[in-house]
Amino acid sequence: MSARPLIDRSSDAVGTALRAIADATDLDALRAAERRIDDEFAAIKREIKSVDAADRSAVGQALGTAQAQARAAADARRGELEATAGAARLAGERLDLTAVGAEYRRGHLHPVTQVWRELEDIFCGLGYEVHGGPEVEDDWHNFEALNFPPGHPARAMQDTLYVNLGEPEQVLLRTHTSPVQIRLMESQPPPIYAVMPGRTFRRDTPDARHSPVFHQIECLVVDRGITMGDLMGTIEVFFRALFGDVEARFLPSFFPFTEPSAELGVSCPFCSRSGCRTCSHTGWIELGGCGMVDPNVFAAVGLDAEEWSGFAFGFGIDRIPLLRNEIDSLQTLLWDNDVRFLRQF
Amino acid sequence: MRAPLSWIRDFTPIEAPPSEIADALNQLGLEVDDVDAPGAEIHDVVAARIVQVVPHPDADKIRLADIEFGGGRALRVVCGAPNIAAGMVVPFAQVGAMLPGDFRITKRKIRGVVSEGMLCSSRELGLGDDHDGILVLPDDTELGADVRDVLGLHDVVFELSITPNRPDAMGIVGVARDLAAHFGLPFALPTAPAIELVDRIGDVSVVVDAPERCPRLVARVATVVMGESPAWMQQRLRLAGMRPISNVVDVTNYVMLERCRPLHAFDLDRLAGRGIVVRVATDGERMTTLDGVERTLDGGDLVICDGERSPQAIAGIMGGRDSEVDASTTKILLESAYFEPAGISRSSKRLGLRSEASARFERGVDPNGAAAGADRALELLAEVAGAVADPATIDRYPRPVARERVTVRSARVNAILGTDLTAAEVRGLVEPLGIETEGSDPFIAACPTDRPDLAREIDVIEEVARRVGLQHIRRTVASAPAGSVGRLSEAQRERRLVADVLVGAGFCEAMSMPLISPADLEHVGLTADATVEVANPLRAEESILRPSVRPGLLRAVAGNAARGEPDVALFELGTVFGPPRSGDLLPDERTMLGAVIAGTVRRAPREPDRAVHVGDAVDVVHALVAALRLADLAIEAVAVPGLHASRSARILVDGADIGAVGEVAPEVLARLDLVGPAATLELDVGALCAGRRRPNRFVPISSFPPVNFDLAFVVADDVAAAEIAATVRAAAGDLLERVELFDEFRSDALGPGRRSVAFALRCRAHDRTLTDTEIAPLRTAVIDAVVAAHDAILRG
Ligand SMILES: [Zn+2]
Repeated sequence: MSARPLIDRSSDAVGTALRAIADATDLDALRAAERRIDDEFAAIKREIKSVDAADRSAVGQALGTAQAQARAAADARRGELEATAGAARLAGERLDLTAVGAEYRRGHLHPVTQVWRELEDIFCGLGYEVHGGPEVEDDWHNFEALNFPPGHPARAMQDTLYVNLGEPEQVLLRTHTSPVQIRLMESQPPPIYAVMPGRTFRRDTPDARHSPVFHQIECLVVDRGITMGDLMGTIEVFFRALFGDVEARFLPSFFPFTEPSAELGVSCPFCSRSGCRTCSHTGWIELGGCGMVDPNVFAAVGLDAEEWSGFAFGFGIDRIPLLRNEIDSLQTLLWDNDVRFLRQF
Repeated sequence: MRAPLSWIRDFTPIEAPPSEIADALNQLGLEVDDVDAPGAEIHDVVAARIVQVVPHPDADKIRLADIEFGGGRALRVVCGAPNIAAGMVVPFAQVGAMLPGDFRITKRKIRGVVSEGMLCSSRELGLGDDHDGILVLPDDTELGADVRDVLGLHDVVFELSITPNRPDAMGIVGVARDLAAHFGLPFALPTAPAIELVDRIGDVSVVVDAPERCPRLVARVATVVMGESPAWMQQRLRLAGMRPISNVVDVTNYVMLERCRPLHAFDLDRLAGRGIVVRVATDGERMTTLDGVERTLDGGDLVICDGERSPQAIAGIMGGRDSEVDASTTKILLESAYFEPAGISRSSKRLGLRSEASARFERGVDPNGAAAGADRALELLAEVAGAVADPATIDRYPRPVARERVTVRSARVNAILGTDLTAAEVRGLVEPLGIETEGSDPFIAACPTDRPDLAREIDVIEEVARRVGLQHIRRTVASAPAGSVGRLSEAQRERRLVADVLVGAGFCEAMSMPLISPADLEHVGLTADATVEVANPLRAEESILRPSVRPGLLRAVAGNAARGEPDVALFELGTVFGPPRSGDLLPDERTMLGAVIAGTVRRAPREPDRAVHVGDAVDVVHALVAALRLADLAIEAVAVPGLHASRSARILVDGADIGAVGEVAPEVLARLDLVGPAATLELDVGALCAGRRRPNRFVPISSFPPVNFDLAFVVADDVAAAEIAATVRAAAGDLLERVELFDEFRSDALGPGRRSVAFALRCRAHDRTLTDTEIAPLRTAVIDAVVAAHDAILRG
């Protein structure tokens, strides 16, 4: 037998195969078509024995080419059909990603704590330690050692809440964080570079600007050769860390435990001193008090005022988030605990 | 303290513009609260005479006043003030006039009657808060005259807030002296003429029984003609914020404002025994003060009595009614004293009675100014009350106060201030303040006796700082010594860690009031027996110090629920207070961590929402154990007050009780109006952080595969899963990598009081793949141990 009939049969088989592959609309149909094609090629292969020996290789070659052509077409079609099927499956798995997630309820530190930490971190950066003390104090630490003698009019500046312990008016809710200065100087020798954040109490009726319980931070430095210039420069550096490009202002004032004493203010960071509602159109915000440690305070803790000098300053912590975050009332900030507020910061 | 500029100019020729003066006052430490130009906002307000007052046809409290105001002009106005009467001269704001506060007067109909303008009170003219009705002007005021001229309103008034150390600045003179120094201007206070000292003035005697409380008392006698003080004096008093009363009283007030020298004028004819006695009061003694209130005195109060020792004034605070000057007075005894400040402060505080005089005495007036002050008053009385003074003076001043002599070293000045001043410069700075200096360096500073705040070198250094100006001192930065490190202590870092764990678990930090009431405790099922009480609470709700943060947190949850936010997770890190430990004075203060999670945990739409579970609070405990690497924390089932009796537990760290966790008791939820379940925990943070820790060493990670198997046991309800897990761990030994409870259930088949607990175990070796022959005996050992230890039955 000559080669021709088988060669023709091979090319017919390719033609049939390509049509069947193209007609397959899903993977099952494609697999069925492939089986039929394989059967036909197997049949052709079986016939090769009857071809003249010299022509067998030509038939074999033609068959191989035909098989390869059919396989390539099937592979390509399989790829197409698989892609379509995959896309259809994914289409069936559609999720609306705008609907599957809810507002994430993360936890929040209180705005006061956030500022509190920031203040601690700034002072740690300046090389200071952080100290605390009891919230209920004795008269010695809160007043007497701080140069408020009994009956001193400056005591009347601080409406004190007393507790029923010890002698009458001996134990009280500290009116400022300054007693921690005394405890610190009583317990460790200078040099002292420390800040003392804490909770403080006054006998006050709560309103938008007052609270009987509030937060202060106090700074104390005791070393050799500390000056008023150091006090003012350090405060200015600290203000810049906290508020950015601001200036510190100092106006002479009076506190029993410092002398010279000054009110401490900062140029308004919100209007660059041009005047706005926050600074009551003055360009300045009064924040707290400061001064050089009074020699009587050094005497109270047994330090020699000729050898050591120091400065102290303090201000309200709550004021900072009120200013920065434009919070309208101290009550909102401190005691309402309204989650609609807490979740904002 | 209100200081009119014109009055300041009586003592120093200051010409600087008001804004510059205000800056100077601030830099001097005399803080300016406000610069008031009372006349600047007043236009077209004139003096008018009320011709007649007639009733309003339709209103009881409103009347109609016919007024004339010069040049034959007459109008009718409607007026609601009760004090108007025909003949009075009053300020009249015409239609189109301006009053302070940008208030323009228009023609208005009031209850049907047209008012052609308005009669003004002193408050409406911006002259203080006097509610006493329409301001009455002197009778001889020219009608039609601008009230700004009549009342001296072209002046500028500095409203100062004076610190307690500066009594001198409670007088115009003290303010003027500071300003004169600042601007380098002369300052002059007329010197008082020499006085003629006597022991008695005629039949008038003075006895000071308590010289330690009244170190000086000066008395003068004069005849007076009572009446109104002249317009200029009334103007200044009004500008300074005081109401004119009568010429004699006005003069005493005037001298008080000018010299910080409170005086008291007694009607001599009403002083029984024709004299005064200064003594301490007796307990329970009573007297009626000028304000009509009867006061009960005690042995700490000082009284000025008549010659028969009957109290006529509370010394330094307020005069009495009986010897008050009035229209019938013809002869006065003028008393000018120095009272010991602390005593005045105590009495004023105890009586709840503060006056312009007590505010000055308690800061300390100048003892050496007493005679000159009386003299200044008599000079003014001669002018405004036709006074004829007896030249004799009684002066009880056994121990005259000398100027404090303070040694001042320029080196010390510079060491404190960071300045570079010579001693001569320092002297030059302080001398204009009335400080006399002797010597060079160190020098003696003899300080004026009206400055009781100047007694030490540091006090003079503060004066130098005020004079130099704090803005002119070079700013430097104090840096901590080399080698020291600024950082938080371990306890402070761990406190932050605890807060961060809670934030990580989705909790918001709350701050609740540390002052609460016993009822707040009972409300949440706690008892109020061992609490610290506030001695002088302002409100009953703030009468004790909280022994727990739970009441505050639950109140916060309830508040949020009431505002429509029932699903909250809150925590607080705060101090709680217990009675002092034995031997201590101060309360036992502890920092507590409290947390509450309430309502529903929102998971929709992808999973069903679920109610808060007590396990949500227990999870926080486990998170803390992990974060702090605690070695021994146990949860021990026990009924905790205020919590669900069978869903609460104590937390033990190293065996010690440090707090509790559990579900809030149903009755507490009901009292708080809370629907959903709420879980809470409260832990002593100090004790928590003091707990033993697991070492923070790396545990090598095995590269061999694990062997996993599950074991389920049936045990009694009161056998804690944590105890079974502990038994498993002990029995399995080092090969056990992990044991986890993965299922727990009860069923009828298990029988009452019993439940099934199922654990997943994972075993792994570091050096080999475990084989069944190794695992089989381990599994048997674990089962045997659990069965034996917990009376358990292995399931299936
Ligand atoms: Zn501003």
